[in-house]
Amino acid sequence: MNKEPLIRISKRDGISFFRSAAIRAIAILLSLIVSAFVIYAIVKLNPLHVYGSMWDGAFGTEKRVWYLLRDMMILTCIAIGLAPAFKMRFWNIGAEGQMLVGGIATAFFMRNYADSMPLWLLFVCMIAGALLCGAIWGLIPGFFKAKWNTNETLFTLMMNYIAIQFTSFCVAKWENPFGSNTVGTLNPATKKGWIGNLLSDGYNNDFLCLVLIVLVLAALMWAYLRYSKQGYEIAVVGDSENTAKYAGIRVNRVYIRTMAISGAICGFAGFLAVSAVSHTISTSTAGGRGFTAIIVAWLAKMNPFVMILISALLTFLDKGAIQIATDYGLNEYASKIITGIVLFFILGSEFFINYRMKFRHHKKEEV
Amino acid sequence: MESHDINKTADTATGTGACEYAIELRHITKRFGDVVANDNIDLALKKGEILSLLGENGSGKTTLMNMLGGIYFPDEGEIFVDGKPVSIKSPKDSFHYGIGMIHQHFKLVDVFTAAENIVLGLEGDKGKLDRASIRKAVKEIAERYGFEIDPDQKVYNMSVSQKQTVEIVKVLYRGADVLILDEPTAVLTPQETDKLFAVMRNMKRDGKAIIIITHKLHEVLAVSDRVAVLRKGQYIGSVDTVNATQQSLTDMMVGKSVTLNIDRPKNPSLTDRLVVENLTVKDKDGVKKLDNVSFTAMGGEILGIAGIAGSGQKELLEAIAGIQRSEEGAAITYLSPEGERVSLNGMDPLDIIHNGILLSFVPEDRFGMGLVGGMCITDNIKLRTYRKGPGPFADRAYSSNLAESIVSELEVVTPDVNRTPIRRLSGGNVQKVLVGREIASNPTVLMTAYAVRGLDINTSYTIYNLLTEQKMKGVAVIYVGEDLDVLLELCDRILVLCGGQVSGIVDAASTTKEEIGLMMTQFRREDAVHE
Repeated sequence: MNKEPLIRISKRDGISFFRSAAIRAIAILLSLIVSAFVIYAIVKLNPLHVYGSMWDGAFGTEKRVWYLLRDMMILTCIAIGLAPAFKMRFWNIGAEGQMLVGGIATAFFMRNYADSMPLWLLFVCMIAGALLCGAIWGLIPGFFKAKWNTNETLFTLMMNYIAIQFTSFCVAKWENPFGSNTVGTLNPATKKGWIGNLLSDGYNNDFLCLVLIVLVLAALMWAYLRYSKQGYEIAVVGDSENTAKYAGIRVNRVYIRTMAISGAICGFAGFLAVSAVSHTISTSTAGGRGFTAIIVAWLAKMNPFVMILISALLTFLDKGAIQIATDYGLNEYASKIITGIVLFFILGSEFFINYRMKFRHHKKEEV
Repeated sequence: MESHDINKTADTATGTGACEYAIELRHITKRFGDVVANDNIDLALKKGEILSLLGENGSGKTTLMNMLGGIYFPDEGEIFVDGKPVSIKSPKDSFHYGIGMIHQHFKLVDVFTAAENIVLGLEGDKGKLDRASIRKAVKEIAERYGFEIDPDQKVYNMSVSQKQTVEIVKVLYRGADVLILDEPTAVLTPQETDKLFAVMRNMKRDGKAIIIITHKLHEVLAVSDRVAVLRKGQYIGSVDTVNATQQSLTDMMVGKSVTLNIDRPKNPSLTDRLVVENLTVKDKDGVKKLDNVSFTAMGGEILGIAGIAGSGQKELLEAIAGIQRSEEGAAITYLSPEGERVSLNGMDPLDIIHNGILLSFVPEDRFGMGLVGGMCITDNIKLRTYRKGPGPFADRAYSSNLAESIVSELEVVTPDVNRTPIRRLSGGNVQKVLVGREIASNPTVLMTAYAVRGLDINTSYTIYNLLTEQKMKGVAVIYVGEDLDVLLELCDRILVLCGGQVSGIVDAASTTKEEIGLMMTQFRREDAVHE
């Protein structure tokens, strides 16, 4: 007789907030259960202890909480920078490089002009330099895309390597002490150019500033994408170039403008990384976070406030992984398996949020 | 309540004479979320008959046919092929039961020949491709039913009608006994349509059963034996074509009487509005899509543009709108109602806006150009209004109010103006939003391309009335259409394009369908010279 297919998959028309939250919660719970089995199978440890240790790594002390906030906010800042580009379906995977050049500009002013400039001017120069350098780094692939329709994925990726090499060059030129192949902490005594120093002395003032700045930035980007004329143009170009042209939007101009904004914010992340976190510059100032931010931006569907949550989760997993590695003497990669499993389930849950599964139902009257 | 239950008995046959019916659908229900696309439908197709499936847009015709084609699976109900209950889970199953579906959009591989497309996906003989025997089989089918087909012609060299032929031969080659044609005449000229109908009659004589979906009532009357009507997902009934008239079918479809006559009031004050001279447009391969086109569109009239699909209609409108670049030597001049002359040469759409020229354009490709599918109605309205007001932020309230008023004036059905992506709306509602938005900006020139394509009769008339209203307000309306009956009734003058050239501009009131059909297929220079 009429045999239905066993499972039918259909797209959902929309899902209530509660339902989607429930699906995500179930996904995280499941991932923890699966991780527990994996932990036990591989390292024969009590999963609950391991989870406790992860929690401890992220929230164990006040200092750890501040570190968590710090890393999470830098990650969020980069993701905010990527948001307008991704909204335009411009695959900017060059955040790493844009952040580095922003960091170089910041370090340049901190190193050379800390004593000769008044403090306010120093900060203006550091920030403007970081924004400008990041913008240029983003603008170049944007311009080539607009003018010759080059592939932005490859272009932005390769710009990263140029930025890394350029950073190596600057590190070599600025190295201190001589022969160390590092720049060393900039202005360790005067703390000029350290953003937290604007408030008062204290290790967490830098981080406090960082958190506040990124929160403001998130709100601004949210409003820009949602309510501004330019944000609307970005969305239209992202959906259909032809529609944009039809509506009198100059697509090339939008490409270039948006990539300049995207690059500038990533460059600003570089400023934050130097001025608020490391107070130095090295090739690992970006440290792969330009790529991690891509996941953050996507999982958050370009919503800056959701990005904060996603960044928090990823940073938490990262800190937890480091903690179990030290607590149990494990290779850090073993603990990253947990991160992998959690991410797998979160990404997988998107499928169940977007699609409905329908199983074959048994007809009673036929029995 | 319904008075259209003529022949109802034939459709609810109990299956005793199983072999009388090629296909029987019983109690078919299909839901998409909360929407019931097909509600308990019984439909039977006799062997050797041509059945027209008629219904407004969104009445569930295509959904129903897709369940026969293996694209959807019914939520409830049963399908019988040749009296036996079957379960069609995929297009492959559908083929297996001898059902061949010819979709509206052709699914052919461009760089393959007709013969290669026809055997594509079939299990061959141990990986061998026996071209000679395929060619022979294709020739045989062509001769039997009167097709004209060259098995070795590449698809990219084919006209739309040739591609359609390949699609039909493809399903026949696979041994289909039941053919389903989804709006096959939408892309054909009247002459090509006649040919297609002749072929369909040959197939019927050969015992094939055919279901044809079409919106054109005169075609229904011309080709089919029986007409089944759906309305809002429900089966209304079926009538033998000999007992039907355009009026009676329309009544069944829409449930109330609508007049078929389009009002064509004359606007007494005609003024030149848009003068196009020597317009030539080449595509990116350097092929001339428009060749030296000249005409004048006048405020206060509807200028129809007729032609086979792809004769340069798209390029013409896009060149005027500033989206396509035109070749040297072209001159497009806009004469404002105040008597100002503005040359549109070299302007892009933003230049046109900045020059204060109120040019509205309803493009053919609704989602590819006119609208943003993933955005809600308000955000789509914003496409024309977001620049309003000073400052960096868009005035969303203005657009939202405009959206609300378009929705209520044109009776657009949507779950939520500010939320539901426009892609989720039915074709008619989408088009109402698009046309409504373009009219809302008070244009002086209104260009529309296939404004009623795929729309039901009611919505089509809404659009016709809107265009006529604009014309009476003194707007120069350019109407690119495909239904010649409509062009003849709606427009004041008709410009006929053939292969990118103007083959004539005729007075709509004094010309005939046949004359236009002829002009569409052959270029007549003497007509182009004196209008």
